[in-house]
Amino acid sequence: MYDVAVIGAGVTGAMIARGLAKYDAKVCILEKANDVATGATRANSAIVHAGFDAKEGSLKAKLNVEGSKMMKKVTDELGVKYKNNGSLVIGFNDEDRKTIEELKKRGDANGVEGLRVIDAAELRELEPNISENATCALYAPTGAIVCPYDLTIAAVGNAMDNGVELKLNFKVTGIEKDGSDYVIKSENEQIKAHYVINAAGLFADDIAKMVGDDSFSINPRRGEYILLDKECGGLVSHTIFRTPSKMGKGILVSPTVDGNLLTGPTSVDIADKEDNTTTSEGFAHIIKEASENLKAVPFGKTITSFCGLRATGSTGDFIINSPKAGFINAAGIESPGLSASPAIAEYVIGLLKEQGFNAAQKDSFNPVRRSAHYFKDASVEEKNEIIKKNPAFGRIVCRCEIVTEGEILEAIHTNPKATDLDGVKRRTRSGMGRCQSGFCSPYIVEILSRELGIPYECVTKSGGESYINVGKTKEAE
Amino acid sequence: MAQLNAKRQPAKIYFRIGERSYDYNMTRELTCIVCPMGCSLKVELTDGKVTAISGNTCKRGEEYAENECTNPQRTVTTTIMCEDGAPIAVKTDRPVPKEKIFEVMKLVNKKVASLPVSVGDVLLDDVFGSNIVATASRGE
Amino acid sequence: MDLVIIGGGPAGMSAAIAAYESGIRDMVILERDESLGGILQQCIHNGFGLHKFGEELTGPEYAWRYEKKVRELNIPVKLGTMVLDITEDKVITATNPEDGIFTIEAKAIILAMGCRERSKGALNIAGSRPAGIYSAGTAQKYVNMKGYMPGKNVVILGSGDIGLIMARRMTLEGAKVHAVCELMPYSGGLARNIEQCLNDFGIPLKLSHTVVEIHGKERVTGVTIAKVDENRKPILETKEYIPCDTLLLSVGLIPENELSKSAGISLSTITSGADVDQDRQTSIPGIFACGNVLHVHDLVDFVSEEAEIAGKSAALYIQNGKENTCSIALETDGKIRYTVPQRITENKDVKVYFRVADVFKNVKINVYSGENVVFSKRKQKVAPGEMESILLKKEMLEGAEKLTFKLEEA
Repeated sequence: MYDVAVIGAGVTGAMIARGLAKYDAKVCILEKANDVATGATRANSAIVHAGFDAKEGSLKAKLNVEGSKMMKKVTDELGVKYKNNGSLVIGFNDEDRKTIEELKKRGDANGVEGLRVIDAAELRELEPNISENATCALYAPTGAIVCPYDLTIAAVGNAMDNGVELKLNFKVTGIEKDGSDYVIKSENEQIKAHYVINAAGLFADDIAKMVGDDSFSINPRRGEYILLDKECGGLVSHTIFRTPSKMGKGILVSPTVDGNLLTGPTSVDIADKEDNTTTSEGFAHIIKEASENLKAVPFGKTITSFCGLRATGSTGDFIINSPKAGFINAAGIESPGLSASPAIAEYVIGLLKEQGFNAAQKDSFNPVRRSAHYFKDASVEEKNEIIKKNPAFGRIVCRCEIVTEGEILEAIHTNPKATDLDGVKRRTRSGMGRCQSGFCSPYIVEILSRELGIPYECVTKSGGESYINVGKTKEAE
Repeated sequence: MAQLNAKRQPAKIYFRIGERSYDYNMTRELTCIVCPMGCSLKVELTDGKVTAISGNTCKRGEEYAENECTNPQRTVTTTIMCEDGAPIAVKTDRPVPKEKIFEVMKLVNKKVASLPVSVGDVLLDDVFGSNIVATASRGE
Repeated sequence: MDLVIIGGGPAGMSAAIAAYESGIRDMVILERDESLGGILQQCIHNGFGLHKFGEELTGPEYAWRYEKKVRELNIPVKLGTMVLDITEDKVITATNPEDGIFTIEAKAIILAMGCRERSKGALNIAGSRPAGIYSAGTAQKYVNMKGYMPGKNVVILGSGDIGLIMARRMTLEGAKVHAVCELMPYSGGLARNIEQCLNDFGIPLKLSHTVVEIHGKERVTGVTIAKVDENRKPILETKEYIPCDTLLLSVGLIPENELSKSAGISLSTITSGADVDQDRQTSIPGIFACGNVLHVHDLVDFVSEEAEIAGKSAALYIQNGKENTCSIALETDGKIRYTVPQRITENKDVKVYFRVADVFKNVKINVYSGENVVFSKRKQKVAPGEMESILLKKEMLEGAEKLTFKLEEA
């Protein structure tokens, strides 16, 4: 019997769970996938928005600006890479300039600090590689970048270290009322909780329907990205947006906290919530618009492309409410959901208290988690101390991203524990470099097999049936 | 299981299964596989006998052309499983008839080699006139 | 230390032996793997060593000949050791479990890090990203070194040699290889491999074809292939769905020059390897490069040959320094994509390797010094997949400032 069950281990569920870990309550996170951060959190623009986009008075505007202000502290505590690189919305003509001025007004009203409209000369000083055709920009010094799955993994890990349970491969198939409690069922298991928080991302509408709330729907919107080699990460230092138009927000170009260059996203409404396929039209669109933003984007240095799905809610705003006693929706968390996530967590816990949640804060809560990157960030002397104690830190497994066996072992044995190749990759960056896991995956499969005590051929890419190998050699008839 | 494609050039084919020869008068075009140069060879066949070879740049190409039209052979390179559960690289120490490749694989697949293994060790003998020898070492 | 060799594959071992035989003793090979041999360890097929040893060896056998020599000569080797950084003044930072992170100051360095496969990421294939997409070399590692099957129903994109070799290898292990698709109108692999790896087993080679979409949620369930037009754009009416559980990629190799970049060595945009002189010396005096880190070779025999040049030259550099007696730039006409070396700095016989940009028949390779043809050779056929070489005699270099390599009608 749990006090609170959080459905969904994306960034929203993770931040809520971490918020709840401060209380003397029994909390669990239910996640349908084999790891945390595998839905909308896995693939997005990785941006902490300043907060000038959302309409004044909306929940999106309020929580974006609040969340953005909280992000630095949260990432410090969790040891997550965060960079306050500032953002620029660039304009190419008078119409864009008008829009940019409106955006500034809206941002000011939303409480975004330091917004300025800058001219071409200052823009070029900030970003020498910006397109010759750009004539002005909105400069938002509070814009930042963060790694969304790094944040989510760290938040879940910190929550777990403070007593929260994580149940993976728990796909909720039904929710029933039992007195004042909820019984949450999966195919093989059921748990009971006093309160339920629906942070199920793309599937939040399906979960809400299970308790009789059909007031909204979630519509997947495809967003494709192209990621370039670290060689290109220095091309721009700010996140470069285009001026939004009737056609949408357009393709952005941004450095990532890991030093790559990210371009995207496309924006296409689709029907299938699991269809994260990329398209050739999408690639063409990204390449065209990104190339308009800068003088040149070296797409020859592409290392990967991917597609994420936004959990777009039918109301146009975040859907955070309590449609039934003890049941709270944190749904429709599309952009700026990542930016808002620390504020969403507080807001949700506020609603929970209104619903009667009255657990006391516990003294033992430790908000700090050792950074997953502590080895990488250490000095040579410190690294040698670590290697002396554990020689596995002297063995490089992923040569492109320089990831040691020690870091991989920790990813497998630290909450939330990685159990598949993608899980190790998201925690350590192994396989994220130029060779895209060509060299290191056979070794990582071996380490996973050894550490998890499972046969080599049972290691998966991302759980389920995603086996890396399908059998042994010598078995042909 | 995949089948050897003996009938690659259905219009003009000359090959042999077991003792039986298919006799044709024809010109066969081959790519020499003896060395990486990959010479394009032309072989004239009269009553099933090789009467002229052209396109080769060395003597070995000529031998290959002749053999390929009378008794095609291949060196098989594969692995044998060792007692530690990992494979070791092996080869047939001489070419085997092409149509026996999958039979070689069947024999090789059944074998489990004990360690240590050194380069050149015979792990299986008398496999269609060839020995299966290790091409790598382990556990020395 | 006199000499540090980065990489213990065929290039590194060969260079080390040559340097040793030229009198260098204070040296070490740094190898990231737990054994010597590099990628040859997993290349269990035969076809190696015909030039070098006059016999047909498998990859591990070829490597073993050099490893045995390295052991006999007691050339120091550090296994499991990854070089993290090289500086312009030849300070090497490396790590391994025993020594931790350490530095070596070297008088000379030989770069022999090899190459890596172009990954799927670089291709921007539409569709999903399930398990079951591997580069051919990764599949080779699973099958030959680990003993596991990465798939049983396979489509291969790219007709590079590793792809062709893996088509046969997986077929022998019971997999069904449905097709090898090649974007170009010709194969990037050796003719003999098309013959003995595809034709022998009836595996279709689809030239001017590519994979336009990958299907499958958890594991690959199929791929859509299509013919491409002369601009290499897919012709959508020719789309064909092939059910399969695996897509192997054999779409090119890229020299691994991250370390060279960190040292500030100037790289060729065409080979992705260092710009070198006839001794395989890079833009930084005392740093040499050889093997696939310099340019991708088809045959390991030529890797060894090149590494011997680098090893000998590094020894000379350590012993006497190296003086330039001339400065000749080697240029190409575009039909010839590149030459290695890219410049000649000493008046002596120089073997020049090069690759052509397309398949050409009945051509002459002409080398011009100004208006004069100093070298000419007729070829029936040249192809991008097969590296060519010519020997420039010392007297051809006389007075030249620039030599231009041209492919002209015979």
